[in-house]
Amino acid sequence: MPRTSDPVLPRIIIDGVDKTFILRHTHSFKESFIAKLQKKKTTTSFSALSQIGFTVEEGESVALLGYNGSGKSTLLKLISGVMRPDSGRILTRGRVAGLIEVGAGFHPDLSGRENVYLNAAILGMNKDEIDRRFNDIVEFSEIGEFIDTEVKHYSSGMFVRLAFSVAIHTELDILLVDEVLAVGDAPFREKCKQKILELTNQGKTMLVVSHDVDMVTQVCKRGIVLRDGKVCFDGAVNDAVASMQGNGA
Amino acid sequence: MSQKFPADLSEFTVPGHSRGLIDALSYRYLLQLLIRKGTLTRYHGSVLGWVWSYVKPAAQFLVFYLVFGFFLGLNKGIDNFPIYLFSGMIAINLFGEAFGNATRSIVDNTALVQKIFLPRELFPISAVIVAFVHFLPQVLILVVVCLIAGWVPTLIGVASIIMGMLIVVTLAIGLGLFFGAINVAFRDAQNLVELILLFATWTSPVLYAWTMVADKVSPWVFNLYLANPLTSAVELFHAGFWFSTTSGSLPQPPHLAAFSLIGLLISLIVLAIGQLVFKRLEGHFAQNL
Repeated sequence: MPRTSDPVLPRIIIDGVDKTFILRHTHSFKESFIAKLQKKKTTTSFSALSQIGFTVEEGESVALLGYNGSGKSTLLKLISGVMRPDSGRILTRGRVAGLIEVGAGFHPDLSGRENVYLNAAILGMNKDEIDRRFNDIVEFSEIGEFIDTEVKHYSSGMFVRLAFSVAIHTELDILLVDEVLAVGDAPFREKCKQKILELTNQGKTMLVVSHDVDMVTQVCKRGIVLRDGKVCFDGAVNDAVASMQGNGA
Repeated sequence: MSQKFPADLSEFTVPGHSRGLIDALSYRYLLQLLIRKGTLTRYHGSVLGWVWSYVKPAAQFLVFYLVFGFFLGLNKGIDNFPIYLFSGMIAINLFGEAFGNATRSIVDNTALVQKIFLPRELFPISAVIVAFVHFLPQVLILVVVCLIAGWVPTLIGVASIIMGMLIVVTLAIGLGLFFGAINVAFRDAQNLVELILLFATWTSPVLYAWTMVADKVSPWVFNLYLANPLTSAVELFHAGFWFSTTSGSLPQPPHLAAFSLIGLLISLIVLAIGQLVFKRLEGHFAQNL
C-alpha cells in the first residue's frame, strides 16, 4: 500500500449499517392474550436503514436528503450514539455535537443562565469552557437582560435562539444538524446559516438534514439521498437535489 | 459498493459506547449541575420550599410516635423510643427516596435520553445524590433531638452511621439502575418498587425491636433477617444515634459488625447486577421511551 505523505483520516465511517425497529402492537398482558387468541401479529418489524455505507472526510459538509420516513433522522441518531445499529459499524473521530438536541436539556423552572450552563455541560463542555464562552453565547442569542429570567417565560423564539446558541458554541469537530434551522425568524435563520458557513470554513465536518433545499445547497457541497432506508444517490449536492426531486415525481 | 477504510482505527470511537458508572463519574461537572437542578427545582413554586424537608419527616414521626409508642404502647421495652423510631425511619426514608427517584430517573429524562448521548448512569446517580441532600435535614433534626437527650457522639458511633449510609446508598443505586432500566419498557417497575418499599419499611426493625423477631422465628430465618442490608443499616443508625442515649436494656443485635459487612457485600453485588442489566438494556432506551 503506498503511503501518502499526509494521510488525513475520515471523520465518520459508516459501514454496512442496518437498523430495524420492532413495533409492539400490544402493551399489556391482556392485549397480548387477546391478540394470541385472535391469531393477530403482536409485532411488526420495520427496516429503517439497510446496508448504509459511506465515509465523511475531514472538513466535508454533507447534506442528507430524502423524504419523510427515509431514515435520515435515524441515521443521525445512530451517529450521535443515542441509538445503536443492529449490525454494521459506525466510527467517529473527534468530538461530535448535535444540533438535533436543541433545547432538550432545558428546564423550564431554571433561569436562562442556569440552563446555558446545564445544557453546555450536557453537550460536553466543562466549567472553564462555558465561563469563557458565556458572553458569546448570550450575545449570539440576543436574549440580553432576560438571561436571568426563568426559561418558561421566554417566547418560543427566544427559547430556540438560546438553545441554538449554546449548541453552536460547543467545542466540536463534527456537527450534526437536524431540521433546527426551520425555527426562528428570517434574520436569525440567516445568522445561523452564516455561523454554520463559518464553522465549515474552519474545517469542521458537517452533516445536515434539512428539507430546505436553498439552505442545503448553500451550506453543503456533497449530498446523499436516502430512499426507504437505502442510499440511492451520493454526489454533488445539486445533483443530489435533482435526483431526489426526480425520484419523487 | 466498495469502501476503503484506514488501516489504523485507533483514533476512532464508537458512538454510544460507554463504560457505565466509571464514565458517568468522569462527567463530574455535569453531575454537579444535575444535582443542583434536582435540588433547586424540587420545591419550585412552593412558599415554604425546603422547610417541607423538615416538616414531612417530623409529621411522619409524630404520627408513628403517637400511634405506636403512645396508643399501642410499643415503647415499653425500648428506652427513648422516639429517637429509636426516628433514627431507623430516616434510614428507610433515604432508601425509599433514593430508590424511587432512581427508578423514575430515566423516564423523567426522556428528552435527554432520546436526543443526546450521555452515560445514562448519570441520571440514577444524580437522583440518588439529590435524595441524599434531601436526607440531610432529617439528620440535622435527629442530631438536635439526640443532643437534647444527652447524646455524646463517639468515633465508633459516627463510623456506624457512615457505614449505614454507605450500605443504603449503594443498595439504592444498584436497585435503581436495575428497576430504572426495566421501567423504560415496563412501567410496572414503578409500582413494584412501591411494594418493595412497603416491605422494606416493615421488615426492618424500625417500628419494633429486633428481639421481637428473634423470639418468634427459628435461628436461620433470623440470620436471614439480619443479612438484609437494610436491617444492618437501620441497626447501624440505632447504634450511632440511639444506643448511647439508653441504659442498654435493649442490647444490640448479635454480630452487628459482621452482618454490616455482609450487608455491604450484598449491596455491592446488587450494584454489579444492576449495572450489568442497565448496560444490557441501555441500547434500547431511546427507542422504547
